[in-house]
Amino acid sequence: MIGMAPISKYARIFLMIATGLVISQIPASASRDDVLVIDLSQDLIGISTSFSGADVLLFGATQVEGDIIVVVRAPSSQVIVRRKNRVAGIWVNTEELVFNKAPGFYYVAASAPLKDLLPGPILESLQIGTRQIAFKPHLSMPGNKEEDFRKALVRNKQRSGLYTSGIEEVDFRGDRLFRTRVALPANVPTGDYQVTVYLVSGRAISDISESILRVRKVGFEAKVTEFAFEQAPLYGLIAIIIALIAGWFASVVFRKI
Amino acid sequence: MTIYLPIAEMSVDVFLILLMGGGVGFLSGLFGVGGGFLMTPLLIFIGISPAVAVATEANQIVAASVSGVLAHMRRRNVDFKMGTVLTAGGFAGSGLGVLIFTFLREIGQVDLVVQLSYVVFLGIVGFLMLFESARAIFKNRAGTATRGKLHQHTWLHGLPFKMRFRRSRLYISALLPLGIGFFVGILAAIMGVGGGFLMVPAMIYLLGMPTAVVVGTSLFQIIFVTANVTFLQAINNQTVDVVLALLLLTGAVVGAQIGTKASGRLRGEELRGLLALMVLGVSAKIGVELVSTPEDVYSINETPGFGL
Repeated sequence: MIGMAPISKYARIFLMIATGLVISQIPASASRDDVLVIDLSQDLIGISTSFSGADVLLFGATQVEGDIIVVVRAPSSQVIVRRKNRVAGIWVNTEELVFNKAPGFYYVAASAPLKDLLPGPILESLQIGTRQIAFKPHLSMPGNKEEDFRKALVRNKQRSGLYTSGIEEVDFRGDRLFRTRVALPANVPTGDYQVTVYLVSGRAISDISESILRVRKVGFEAKVTEFAFEQAPLYGLIAIIIALIAGWFASVVFRKI
Repeated sequence: MTIYLPIAEMSVDVFLILLMGGGVGFLSGLFGVGGGFLMTPLLIFIGISPAVAVATEANQIVAASVSGVLAHMRRRNVDFKMGTVLTAGGFAGSGLGVLIFTFLREIGQVDLVVQLSYVVFLGIVGFLMLFESARAIFKNRAGTATRGKLHQHTWLHGLPFKMRFRRSRLYISALLPLGIGFFVGILAAIMGVGGGFLMVPAMIYLLGMPTAVVVGTSLFQIIFVTANVTFLQAINNQTVDVVLALLLLTGAVVGAQIGTKASGRLRGEELRGLLALMVLGVSAKIGVELVSTPEDVYSINETPGFGL
């Protein structure tokens, strides 16, 4: 149901460009391949009938000392933010702003406060931190107003547990081993989540490691959703037939009691 | 025990849903109404999106009405001819209603219109019922119950296309039930209700149908109208959650049977008075929500394309 591959592709290209810019600053002595290694406790989250959220453990090791920033983001989609105003005594949606690229899920964790790790422009260009996400508003609004809508979008997503509030922790075991727990609530969107881990030292990124976390509906849930969207008329008919049979069945059962 | 609802895309407590179905089913058995006007707000209250709540509730009401109609058919309390004319109007009305619903969702005003419809229509019907049942109770106490005419003749009886409805003992213009069916159909689609709470008073007071056949006939046409809504919502909005509907109706059919048995212990006008109070309660609750300052004046809505 998530036809968002093009967006994540753009995100990846963007990231590659950004990475290229940053990597050029890496000291020649560090061999890029082995400095930072990461893995996920599971790389496929299956949403089945019993799904009520999941915890994914992200862990890794570094060759050199440094700080770690972890960003996990789901594919982006269009989100409409609406503002209510009182009209004739009742609250009515009167203003709206469409954002073209809001990640369905956004998680950020770091081993130290972000502002101590990287300069602002880098945080901004890599979209590290909820304040830095490029939501791409559809129309431009006067600065303050647009900022209010941005904040409202983040706040609403945080309320439903889809964006991290503040910065989550990255725990170090010794100097080299680290881990963080990514909590996915029950209402997570499906799709391929981009997992990016930055190794930071001396206010610059010294290595980047990426991975993909797949979130999919599986089994019965996947079949029902696929059916509902791809064969809508038949799905509607079957829903009605189920209801007719259930109603008839109930009437027969209870007549005998 | 929780279960993940595939279309609503959230996990809910199975027992909570069964309990809600049972509770609303009990009340619908007690009062002889579908209960959509209680269930839809309840579903929204537990966090199900209004779009899914309205569409899924329509699906659930199909089942509830079938089981109700079968019971009424055994007592020969269904006027099929009247039901068919009402259904014809209801089909057109609910078709238009789903289109209106889809349009309102696109412009972001669906919640407002749904809430306003609840406040206005539940408010009116609740007051009328309360007034009528209070009068009946006082009349009974005074012991001067008088028998009026079967029905009054008004300009409504001068309309063309007259039809004879034998079981209802009526000879009226077909435009009247067509119009009522159409109007209630629109509201059924928008409010996620069967529309019995509007249809029943309309049949009694506007059409002048005998009370005995009113509930059965109303349920008969509700099956078709809610089936139509289910189908159209499934096609236009993909918001019918069969898993949720099944859970709800499992609770509802059991509750309804208990409610039906309990209803024998109360007098008709007392039942109507209680129902009126409940209807007014829901109307007032939603009215308060409309005027009280929301927790956050900003809200977000994923995707005009929905479900993406």
